[in-house]
Amino acid sequence: MSATAGVDVGSTQTKAVILSDAGEIVGRALTSTGANVVQAAEQAFATALADAGLSDHDVEYVVGTGYGRYRISFGHTQVTEISCHARGAVHMFPSTRTVVDMGGQDTKAIRVAADGSIVDFCMNDKCAAGTGRFLGAAATALDIALPELGETALRSNKPVRISTTCTVFAESEVLSWLGKGKRIEDILWGVHTSIASRTVGLMRRVGVEDSVTFSGGVSRNVAMVAALEERLELTLNVSEESHFMGALGAALFALDHVVASRSPRPRATEVRP
Amino acid sequence: MSEKNTDASNELVGRANRRGGELVRDWYADLTRAAEEGRGAAYVFVMGSLNEILLGFDLPVVFPEVNSLQTAVRRVAHELLDQAEDYGYSPDICGYVKADVAVQLSKGKHPMGRIPKPSIAVLTNACNTYIKWAEIWERMHHVPVVTIDVPGTREGVTRGRADASFDNDLRYVVAQLHELIATCEQITGRRFDIDRLRETLGYVNRMGRAYRRVLELNRSAPAPFNALTDGTVYLGVANALRGTEAGAVYFEELVEEIEHKVARSIGALGDESYRLAFVGVPCYPIFRRFTEMFSEWGGAYVGSSYLWFASGGLNRDFEYDPQRPIESLAEGVLLGVRDAMDSMFHHDRLLEQMIDHYALDGIVYHPIKSCRTVSTGLADGRRALSERRDVPSLFVESDMMDRRVVSEAQMKNRIDAFFEGLAARRKRRAATPSVLEGGA
Repeated sequence: MSATAGVDVGSTQTKAVILSDAGEIVGRALTSTGANVVQAAEQAFATALADAGLSDHDVEYVVGTGYGRYRISFGHTQVTEISCHARGAVHMFPSTRTVVDMGGQDTKAIRVAADGSIVDFCMNDKCAAGTGRFLGAAATALDIALPELGETALRSNKPVRISTTCTVFAESEVLSWLGKGKRIEDILWGVHTSIASRTVGLMRRVGVEDSVTFSGGVSRNVAMVAALEERLELTLNVSEESHFMGALGAALFALDHVVASRSPRPRATEVRP
Repeated sequence: MSEKNTDASNELVGRANRRGGELVRDWYADLTRAAEEGRGAAYVFVMGSLNEILLGFDLPVVFPEVNSLQTAVRRVAHELLDQAEDYGYSPDICGYVKADVAVQLSKGKHPMGRIPKPSIAVLTNACNTYIKWAEIWERMHHVPVVTIDVPGTREGVTRGRADASFDNDLRYVVAQLHELIATCEQITGRRFDIDRLRETLGYVNRMGRAYRRVLELNRSAPAPFNALTDGTVYLGVANALRGTEAGAVYFEELVEEIEHKVARSIGALGDESYRLAFVGVPCYPIFRRFTEMFSEWGGAYVGSSYLWFASGGLNRDFEYDPQRPIESLAEGVLLGVRDAMDSMFHHDRLLEQMIDHYALDGIVYHPIKSCRTVSTGLADGRRALSERRDVPSLFVESDMMDRRVVSEAQMKNRIDAFFEGLAARRKRRAATPSVLEGGA
């Protein structure tokens, strides 16, 4: 078997996906990035290979993506996670024309063409306001596990209005609402709607065209999905693989390369070494 | 040996950048001498410097904006920003102002030499910060400040002499120039020499003619100069030596160099794949690296709104009439400042023409944290343009001075994604069979 791989080294988590030569996902892995980016990439790759029952000799081409993409020692080339999320989203949901990716440190709104390439994109500025990091800070302040955030927030019936999305001030903001006697679920729904509002603002800058695919780690949060859908007044495409969308896109670019190298046809997207 | 590589060609190519560096160093050496001799200078701004009048009084001319950007390029700006913030200035205000405040507090100490104290400050209202900035010098040095209040056009975008109330506005500016002349006579004790003004206007006319020719020559493919890096050198000379024979000769020789490059298809970039326009003020803290992040992908800057609004109106097809020097100078100031404002506030309309004129593949918007004047409205302008024209654009934010808000990793990520999108778009347009099509 000739497989390809995509490794997405994000600010918080590192993801790896192995594709068969038919383009099917045969292995995946998720690990914390931590301080050692090289090690995180190697570990995610090794775990994904084990998941696929393959060895690294079976993998013909590896594309790295994410902030740590240039540190992936075994990667053949690099593509930005913006291109990779766009490509992965259109592969997963072919009707996708807008992608919203919410990760640990940044949120991206991407308008995509039918072939999965970027038409336009917009990201949050240098601060992590309104990203997954803000949710993490709120979870810490409320002493609640990250996976439980969404379900808890959905139980809200009297949501509070959170005025900031600043990650640095998240804790004091949340604590001030607790001090006023507000319930955790109402505070949390306020946190989610506040982030959704900022995210939709970002999306409007590139233009929201249906259908919209939600990717990145935060897409696994049901309250975030609900808050965005409420704000956008449409249904989002979400998949269990959404967390791996960047790595999937990278693996698809790797597959492109392999296919193109066997065929006289040019690759769809130029990848620079 | 090809003609590209002859000794004569080697001597000519790059001459303007070498000469530009020498001229700017000489200019700073003159300023240093003035400071050491205790001679006061005229502090002026790039958007309407009034060099034409000030040179007639032999006042050394200081551009605090140029001083400040030099500190960023020379990587000492952060020390000056800290000094000004320790003194009490907010992190949120213009970085140029704060670097200058630190230079003033340090008695003119500057990486290029020493900056003389002002005897007079002259400004226009092209930038709202100019007014508050000059008030700082007024308080620090107790010097007269002359503000040339240039009325904006009532028609959104200037139509030049066809603007409503143009004649009244012109008379208003003429009256203010007379006030400026009277103030200069007072502080220097010298009589105004109208023949000297005529001579200066002639040099500006020569410089302007050559400047516009230079901008026009960058329509060639490959583009003979980088509008961001080379262009900033040209702007430095255009401002510092405005109204001098040396300035006029510099630009005439620049035309010769660039025509030589165009005739031989010598591009600023060896591998020009994408032609880009830049909107805003450059990222001086990582000036070279910023451009490299584009040139690594074959992105060549062929045009820049900076070359319009920071050129003191040289970009406009306008020449002074030395037979009516004061009125003609007033007309130049009035039209030049209006044009600078249009370049900042209505860039979408100007860029729309530029797309075809320069065969642009993309536009890069660079809003900067510490200058709201040039940055506010960039997002709206971008959206307005994208509704009219299908040209990809990149929005990448940093600062012209403050490295604390310049994040190279985030910037590179956006730039790389922009070029990945441009490459995919080019493939789509070429209608090449693609492994992606139908591959989902």
